[in-house]
Amino acid sequence: MSGATSKFRKPLVEGEKNYSQVTHEILAPLEGKPTRGWYGAFVIAFIAFAIGFAMVWYQIATGIGVWGLNKTVGWAWDITNFVFWVGIGHAGTLISAILLLFRQKWRTSINRAAEAMTIFAVICAALFPLIHMGRPWLAYWVFPYPNTRGTLWVNFRSPLLWDVFAISTYFIISLTFWYIGLIPDLATARDKVKTAWRCRLYGFLSMGWNGSTRCWHRYEILCLILAGLATPLVVSVHSIVSMDFATAVIPGWHTTLFPPYFVAGAVFSGFAMVLSLMIITRKVMAMESYITVNHLEAMCKVLLLTGMMVGFAYMTEFFTAWYSANPYERFVFINRATGPYAWAFWTMVFCNIAVPQVLWFKAVRTNPTLIFIISIFVNIGMWFERFVIITTSLHRDFLPSSWAMYSPTWVEKGTFLGTFGLFFTCFLLFIRLLPMISLGEIKSVLHFGKGAGHA
Amino acid sequence: MLKTLMVAEFTDEQQLFGAVKGARQKEISIYDAYTPFAVHGLDEAMGIKRSRLPIVCFLACALGCLLAMWLQIWTSSIDWPINVGGKPFNSFPAFIPVAFEITVLLGGLITVGVFFARSRLYWGKKPELFVEGTTNDRFVIALEVADARIPRDAMIQLLKDCGAISIGYSEVEK
Repeated sequence: MSGATSKFRKPLVEGEKNYSQVTHEILAPLEGKPTRGWYGAFVIAFIAFAIGFAMVWYQIATGIGVWGLNKTVGWAWDITNFVFWVGIGHAGTLISAILLLFRQKWRTSINRAAEAMTIFAVICAALFPLIHMGRPWLAYWVFPYPNTRGTLWVNFRSPLLWDVFAISTYFIISLTFWYIGLIPDLATARDKVKTAWRCRLYGFLSMGWNGSTRCWHRYEILCLILAGLATPLVVSVHSIVSMDFATAVIPGWHTTLFPPYFVAGAVFSGFAMVLSLMIITRKVMAMESYITVNHLEAMCKVLLLTGMMVGFAYMTEFFTAWYSANPYERFVFINRATGPYAWAFWTMVFCNIAVPQVLWFKAVRTNPTLIFIISIFVNIGMWFERFVIITTSLHRDFLPSSWAMYSPTWVEKGTFLGTFGLFFTCFLLFIRLLPMISLGEIKSVLHFGKGAGHA
Repeated sequence: MLKTLMVAEFTDEQQLFGAVKGARQKEISIYDAYTPFAVHGLDEAMGIKRSRLPIVCFLACALGCLLAMWLQIWTSSIDWPINVGGKPFNSFPAFIPVAFEITVLLGGLITVGVFFARSRLYWGKKPELFVEGTTNDRFVIALEVADARIPRDAMIQLLKDCGAISIGYSEVEK
């Protein structure tokens, strides 16, 4: 067992609990009646999802001319929302893979829910390029397969195609990793629940898992392998997303800084979303003894660190624009900070750089209400970051006669709202249907930092 | 053919460790041990050979990488070369991102597939559970009775000394 009895290590699970109690408490939401709060949240989320569905229907039926784009600003909300959701989808795999390799045991309480969040966020993200194709029923054309057009292959030199491969691989591997992690817990649920259909469902999905040590041995090695594969993957995905911009010749996009800058931003926004969700979930689902204030504090530290990395990237961009002596590059950045979209730029700076600085104080890092407020600021700030990068680099291009402004239409706003609806609908179903905390992993760290009799 | 197993149940992983060590000392073959979570060091104590999954993973990754490189070079420079911005047909560095993604994809999926096959896990399988609560809070050891060199009474005594709360027999297909 993890026999750390140091006074510097705090218990990962609060209160004296035994194994059976952990099973009981974590599986409780699976069979209990949902609370009114859950129903309320579900109805709101589902309405938002329905609005989004109607919007997608409308814009596919009518054509994407219903967006607010013009010939100067050819990319705006759609890709902003795509990058926003992909970024959020980075925290889950970071927590489950990178923190596993770093042996950060505090990840055990939050990895399951964070991975679920990753999967739902990637689904939301993938919707945007799919809609942007205009003819989404031909979406399979992005894959290289022998076809009747000659065989005309896809262009493997295009970062947009790299994106297809990166996002698909990321989704499939994250889903697999999540499912592998779920198998032992599904077996526990199978042996615990009373409802017949749940028994059958968990029985089918748990693949006859019986806790055999031979299986556990292979299972542990498999998890390490998948973590090892997912770690470079998570870095590659947002690097490739950033190359959609960085390989273009547009001033403001064409910079080698983008891959690390985007990865830091992704982790930043992902942790913010995990915090927002976890603070509510632990309260509503009564999981405060599993997702403790110590967990929130650890995530706040990651938030503070990645926030400063993002801030550093903003400064580097401005420095490089000045130091390059390239008039177009300089113009884009001066326009970004003082032009018509300056309000968006300064919102971003305030939310992403100024607000997180209060996390230097332990009193703030251990106050869930304040953390929640900060995390919402970061979510907003990171959305604006993508909007600022994309729109301000495009709207005043090389020829002043073609300068234009962009503002979203109600269709774009409704679609974005719809992805939030989809995300929360999925998440609310997840916390009712599957064990939201990894039972097997929590049991193995139950005595961590307590040192009571377990060597 | 059926094989008889002596199944003992414990409430604590340390007791299970004791039973595993005791059985190994007395040269009783351990059929398997069952725990609700991965008990670190138990696999070593039972003398389970280290899994070869990492080798499978390496080969699968190598296959993925070669396949992706071949597909990209063949489609872009042999089957239908297209001039894109005057770049060379075989734009090797531009092929690395996709090659990496396919490496990870095949490496991960094949390793998971081999894991399922080797552990005989499949959808809808009926679990082989000797003791109720194995997946909750019970730690279970199953010993092979037939080829044990000591009498059954001595085996039962050994398990009791380790703190077994119940001991029974089960039969499994050989």
